[in-house]
Amino acid sequence: MKDIEIIPEREGQVQRKGDASTPMACNKKSTAGSVSQRACVFCGSRVVLYPISDALHVVHGPIGCAAYTWDIRGSLSSGQQLHRNSFSTDLREMDVIYGGEKKLLLALRQLIARYKPKAAFIYSTCIVGVIGDDVEAVCRTMTAEAGIPVIPVHSEGFKGTKKDGYRAACEAVASLLGTGSTEDVKPHSVNILGDFNLAGETWIIKKYYERMGIQVVTCITGDAKIEDIRRAHGAKLNLVQCSGSMTHLAKMMEEKYGIPFKRVSYFGIEDMSAALYDTAKFFSDDPTIMQRAQDLVREEVGNIYPQLQAYREELQGKKAAIYVGGSFKAFSLVRALRLIGMQTAVVGSQTGGPDDYKQLAEICDEGTIIVDDSNPLELAKFVLEKDVDLFIGGVKERPIAYKLGVAFCDHNHERKEPLAGYVGMLNFAKEVYSSVMSPVWNFVPRRQPGRAHTGMPSAQEKSVSLEEKIP
Amino acid sequence: MSTLSSQTVSACASCNSFDCDPSTCSARQPVEEIVETAPFAASTEGITAATRNACKLCTPLGACLAFRGVEGAIPLLHGSQGCSTYIRRYLISHFREPIDIASSNFTEDTAVFGGSSNFKTAVKNLRRQYEPELIAVATTCLSETIGEDMKRLFHEYYSENWEEGHPHMVHVSTASYRGTHMDGFHNAVRALVETLAVSGTRGRRVNLLPGMVSTADLRHLKEILADFGLPYTLLPDYSESLDGETWAEYEKLPSGGTPMKAIAETGSAQLSIEFGHTIAGTKTAGQFLEEKFGVPCRSLGLPIGIGETDAFLETLGTASGRTVPAKYRQERGRLVDSLVDGHKYVFGKRAIVYGEEDLVAGLCAFLCEIGVEPVLCASGGESGRLEEAIKAAHPAALRKSMAKMEIRSDVDFAEIGEQAEQLKPDFLIGNSKGYKIAKNLNVPLIRCGFPIHDRIGGHRILHLGYRGAQMLYDQIVNALLEAKQEGSEIGYSYL
Repeated sequence: MKDIEIIPEREGQVQRKGDASTPMACNKKSTAGSVSQRACVFCGSRVVLYPISDALHVVHGPIGCAAYTWDIRGSLSSGQQLHRNSFSTDLREMDVIYGGEKKLLLALRQLIARYKPKAAFIYSTCIVGVIGDDVEAVCRTMTAEAGIPVIPVHSEGFKGTKKDGYRAACEAVASLLGTGSTEDVKPHSVNILGDFNLAGETWIIKKYYERMGIQVVTCITGDAKIEDIRRAHGAKLNLVQCSGSMTHLAKMMEEKYGIPFKRVSYFGIEDMSAALYDTAKFFSDDPTIMQRAQDLVREEVGNIYPQLQAYREELQGKKAAIYVGGSFKAFSLVRALRLIGMQTAVVGSQTGGPDDYKQLAEICDEGTIIVDDSNPLELAKFVLEKDVDLFIGGVKERPIAYKLGVAFCDHNHERKEPLAGYVGMLNFAKEVYSSVMSPVWNFVPRRQPGRAHTGMPSAQEKSVSLEEKIP
Repeated sequence: MSTLSSQTVSACASCNSFDCDPSTCSARQPVEEIVETAPFAASTEGITAATRNACKLCTPLGACLAFRGVEGAIPLLHGSQGCSTYIRRYLISHFREPIDIASSNFTEDTAVFGGSSNFKTAVKNLRRQYEPELIAVATTCLSETIGEDMKRLFHEYYSENWEEGHPHMVHVSTASYRGTHMDGFHNAVRALVETLAVSGTRGRRVNLLPGMVSTADLRHLKEILADFGLPYTLLPDYSESLDGETWAEYEKLPSGGTPMKAIAETGSAQLSIEFGHTIAGTKTAGQFLEEKFGVPCRSLGLPIGIGETDAFLETLGTASGRTVPAKYRQERGRLVDSLVDGHKYVFGKRAIVYGEEDLVAGLCAFLCEIGVEPVLCASGGESGRLEEAIKAAHPAALRKSMAKMEIRSDVDFAEIGEQAEQLKPDFLIGNSKGYKIAKNLNVPLIRCGFPIHDRIGGHRILHLGYRGAQMLYDQIVNALLEAKQEGSEIGYSYL
């Protein structure tokens, strides 16, 4: 293989801790031809709003965008499952020529009559942005006709990056705020912004807060119902977990309703505990909240610590690469890996900001590669260079790791096991352990130096046992 | 460390508690109530203006898949970043392999002023990063709608950048509002031969244009062609590039794929064989080679089941001047023997078949051959030729079942699900996206075709030839036997 080089336009987006003198050149549009792991504006909106389970999510455009987002996230719902369907206006050539408004209106009329949703989100795709459908007008008409909020989401794929999609989603959610009763909202109450109830994670976190005596009014958007969102403005504090997607909404709520917000993370023992303590500090008028938080942390950590120690003994000194969507998650992962004895050799994200990367550099070891908006070739290069034992990423990163014979931990939208909270930390350790320690790596070419491409032992090598060959 | 389990802790789906045993949870609801509270609830009014849970994908996906089957090719989607990422993700979840698809990353400016500069940057970066032999461009709905003229773009690009050894470039138009992923696939194959085929002295070579089949199918087709002693061009061939070995070093472009030289030689072949009754007589790659180079095009159905495989092997026999090798005669014999052994288990069983039109036609023919009644043959495809294709695939068996068979094109999974409740099938056969319907009806789903997102090895399923029929048959019979066994309290140990 010839060496993989970094595309010149991207050189400012790759740093090594210790070498970097300038801030990360992030927040850039992806370079054409770079095979970015990012998606588009539509994707940003769709992932954020997806978990709202009693709303109708209609993708206005040709079929692809809807087909690829059908039942795509592991966001669980305690009620309806409407969000797990894929609805599309499935525009055809004639619709593109004559405009898709009529079809959209009819589609909404039919779908709302059939499914009786509590609200509808209408996502504009690229094509809608070019043919100029007046989606807002259709939404106004349907809102009046159906008596439910029919909300346009301005998510034309080419009009920015995934971050702009997050913003469009925040604005769609914001249009619902302030429309519900806040009568039963208690003085010690929070909203969780940016948890998506993947594998039931929101339920875990909610229970912690309840044990502390804090009411969780709404989670936006994990297991969210439209009714919950309508009354979210009653909460006293917003806890922003996925800062990349939800800071915009938090700021809007601060401005409009005077609700302050705090950035938190629910991954790993340290960040999880800090999230609970920070919340308790905010409600300092009731010291029992902090007391309960301390009891909770003691109990929960006590429950999992002995097991974590056992994993740590096995995983000590192993190296990991992390590539995730949001950079805030990366901080927690670096810390969580450290807790189980592992070192982060490569870390990157699709959408981090300059401050995020600066903070990331602060918590990483010397020489760690830090990368923004990476691509398969670069990631493969870094994995090989650092000879990592584990890769943490999503669906598109998984085959890069596996192809090179590297263990993998799914930290993506479709995960089936909760990784948040204390129980999530234990799950994380278990998942890392069950991939890193698998005996299958004994057979992969990377761990059999000098062997042919297939990893088949040559006649001479056969007399040496596999165990002896493996460092 | 043996005390450590790798079992992770999950919440009970009924009460959301992590301390609960889901199997004994008091809040547990019957599956049907949980899964489809709203989605497929009966309502009398039809949904005509929306597609719900599509039984098709967009055209660029098909084109990208075809292009991944050419050696040294990198697909480039001229349009928004999301198209490439979504398609990669969708394909990766099926093939479980790295699938790099580049994008020219349109922005608002690009949409207004055109994609020329993005295109040039993309080609420059791809050449540098991937060193491809072919840059295979597909235009998405965005670039198609703003009227990108790729001929002009190619011309403009070449006039500034042409040099010895520059990779070839090919373009296929894949506006996703025109057709489905199958159209994208076939049009990409046509674009490849249109651009790359050259004339030459007519030889013994056979062009095999199989359409969208599995990696196991492609390997089997190559084996068959070799056993007939025929030189061939199999286009595309992602049997290795999308189902390869683990690597010691990262392969920028995975090895395998139809060599460029072999595509060039399609123009001097003795014969093209093209699978797919629905595309017969349309503007296909085979048709182009016939018109341009006089290579006769033989259109066959996908060789699924006995009749269609017989037709394929007979065609190869004629082309090679050889009789069908003993190996295949024996495979056919064993298949027939097993059909006899299992015939009573499947006779009169009712099946719903769905997926791409030509796959549906092939599966339907095979089901008719073994005595299963395909009560619904459904596809999201919209060629308008599904019924014709089914008739072509198995006219005799079909006449008997036709009365009970419904054939639906341009249909989605919600409609299939609604109809399935009326039809009460014994099993479903098709890709993994029918899982919820099967779960709802509590009947087996025989997974085949594309995509298989909920099992490992979906891309390695063999459908074609007698061997493919054998595997499908065993799966069908065993699924029915298992359903019978599981549905009975007796615990039969002989079936």
